[in-house]
Amino acid sequence: MTDVIEPDAIKPDAPMLDVLVAGGGYVGLSLAVSIKKAAPHLAVEVVDGAPEHVWQKDERASAIVAAARNLLDVLGVWNEIAPEAEPIRRMVITDSRTADPVRPVFLTFEGAGSGDDGQPFAHMVPNRAMTGSLLRQAELLGIPVRWSTSAEGFATGQHATDVNLSDGSARKTRLLVACDGVRSKLRDMAGIKTVRFDYGQSGIVTTVEHERPHDGTAEEHFLPAGPFATLPLTGNRSSLVWTERTEDARRLVESDDLVFEEELERRFGHKLGALKVVGGRRAFPLGLTLARAFIAPRFALAGDAAHGIHPISGQGLNLGFKDVAALAETIVEADRLGLDIGAVSVLERYETWRRFDTVRMGVTTDVLNRLFSNDATPIRVLRDVGLGIVDRLPGLKSFFIRQAEGTTGGGHPRMLVGQRI
Amino acid sequence: MSEAARTTIDQAEVDRFSAMAAEWWDPTGKFRPLHKFNPIRLTYIRDMVCGQFGRDPKAHRPLEGLRILDIGCGGGLLSEPMARMGADVLGADASEKNIGIAKAHAAGSGVPVDYRAVTAEALAEAGESFDVVLNMEVVEHVSDVDFFLTTCASMVRPGGMTFVATINRTMKAAALAIFAAENVLRWLPRGTHQYEKLVRPEEIEKPLNAAGLTVTDRTGVFFNPLLNQWNLSKDMDVNYMLVARRASA
Repeated sequence: MTDVIEPDAIKPDAPMLDVLVAGGGYVGLSLAVSIKKAAPHLAVEVVDGAPEHVWQKDERASAIVAAARNLLDVLGVWNEIAPEAEPIRRMVITDSRTADPVRPVFLTFEGAGSGDDGQPFAHMVPNRAMTGSLLRQAELLGIPVRWSTSAEGFATGQHATDVNLSDGSARKTRLLVACDGVRSKLRDMAGIKTVRFDYGQSGIVTTVEHERPHDGTAEEHFLPAGPFATLPLTGNRSSLVWTERTEDARRLVESDDLVFEEELERRFGHKLGALKVVGGRRAFPLGLTLARAFIAPRFALAGDAAHGIHPISGQGLNLGFKDVAALAETIVEADRLGLDIGAVSVLERYETWRRFDTVRMGVTTDVLNRLFSNDATPIRVLRDVGLGIVDRLPGLKSFFIRQAEGTTGGGHPRMLVGQRI
Repeated sequence: MSEAARTTIDQAEVDRFSAMAAEWWDPTGKFRPLHKFNPIRLTYIRDMVCGQFGRDPKAHRPLEGLRILDIGCGGGLLSEPMARMGADVLGADASEKNIGIAKAHAAGSGVPVDYRAVTAEALAEAGESFDVVLNMEVVEHVSDVDFFLTTCASMVRPGGMTFVATINRTMKAAALAIFAAENVLRWLPRGTHQYEKLVRPEEIEKPLNAAGLTVTDRTGVFFNPLLNQWNLSKDMDVNYMLVARRASA
């Protein structure tokens, strides 16, 4: 942690950083690795305000869709993650009141995804495994990752941006990428405004152990308070995302184990036998935050800093990986043409590439959530009929599968289809 | 002396570009169309040069060791990327003001380019020669296309090549590249292009052939407003680029 970069230590034709990534989550790390892997001569550095090893305390798991898996494969980290990844082979979507004895099943997605490669359309991956392997890859590529170091402020000039770091040091960089999450400080400093919708809901996230195997089935029950999703983990374990009104969620998280498990069983049911909560439980407020612009001179937003979406369809992280694939390809291709990678004329390609997809996904997710978090009879009938129709129309259903895989949205960045930049 | 007095400089054109010089590097300013056009022409040049000289276009600094002349370099929008790709670039422009802007910008970016306020004739007379001579968006602004291209061709080394990009003299070009771009879309300041100064492909190929070069590739370039980007196209009626090579010695 003492290797402070001095201008003279860098090769004379690049007396500064090419890319400074603010944020050491998967978006920031995979962006740095993607760029460095395709263009090793670029000077890339990652800073994160969190202390080192804090990521090891993350007990959550994420659904990684096929397109994101392709990217992780190209980056050389998927092999390392694979043993801890549980394929989702079947998705069941139901719509019911909690008290309904039998939940009508409206949609089932069986077996492999839409592709011919026989790959499941998604995997459940522990966050720790993903961050750990990305960090090892960053180290292998010689990318400095500085923990407990955040970008405190920056000033953008014609040729570079000067960034002040919290450890008192400074960097010059041709491009600053903010991957610092949904409440991005850098986004505010860049003067980029957001549009925000607050749902007044929170997602309770926890892991449960059950007696019988889940057979790779993911379930999403649209309950009146919001979606209740179970996602298969390795062994007889499942990850839960349980949506409640923010106040109810807080009460549930703070209640004693007995109450929590009883409330959980009412929703989870008994089909997998007895349940036991393993590990902690936390509630995350849900909302939709969209940045009005994704770029500014020598500045780009990626991941939740650009778009924090409701996790109802598990797309937040996967949208982040799509940002990474598009931004890395934009930067590397511009660099191969000798262009200034921080120029707005270069970054516009990334913004055009990502905004349509993001807004569409955000709006779709928002509409789904509003539709499903409502117990009014006309809306119930409407969505029941809607889901029934989807299940009977192969074209529409395969659209939803591709959506779940992350392979819709035209003009793919190469890494999302498993190619190098 | 009559031949030496012959010039390719159109002073009115030089003055017009000098007046806008400060905006060369503003990607949202008067030269925005050129910034948008840059990736497609750079890709075309890089890939053709890499093909000719056996280089890998995905490598770092693929043009290392090649001497390149960027004639009519303006603020250096082409020269700087070529130099970053490793080439040894001489950027020449008739406008002192352009050269001043280009030099200052290159110094700030830390990219080495040899910028000179000099004409093609003067360089040829001094016996300069290059692996690649770039004539990008220039011939429609010079006063004597034939003489200009002959002069440029004379500086292409054996085994070397030259690129010419310009706008065709067709009714379609008058409608799109001049009327629409300058008056409707306001992409370019009015008066940037005059119809009678536009150049047809055969008017480029004739002097190049006469100078011993062979035209080996021609392509149209077309703006796709939906994708907001330029693409190569078979249609050479508006914007087009061509490549000519000199056989190895």
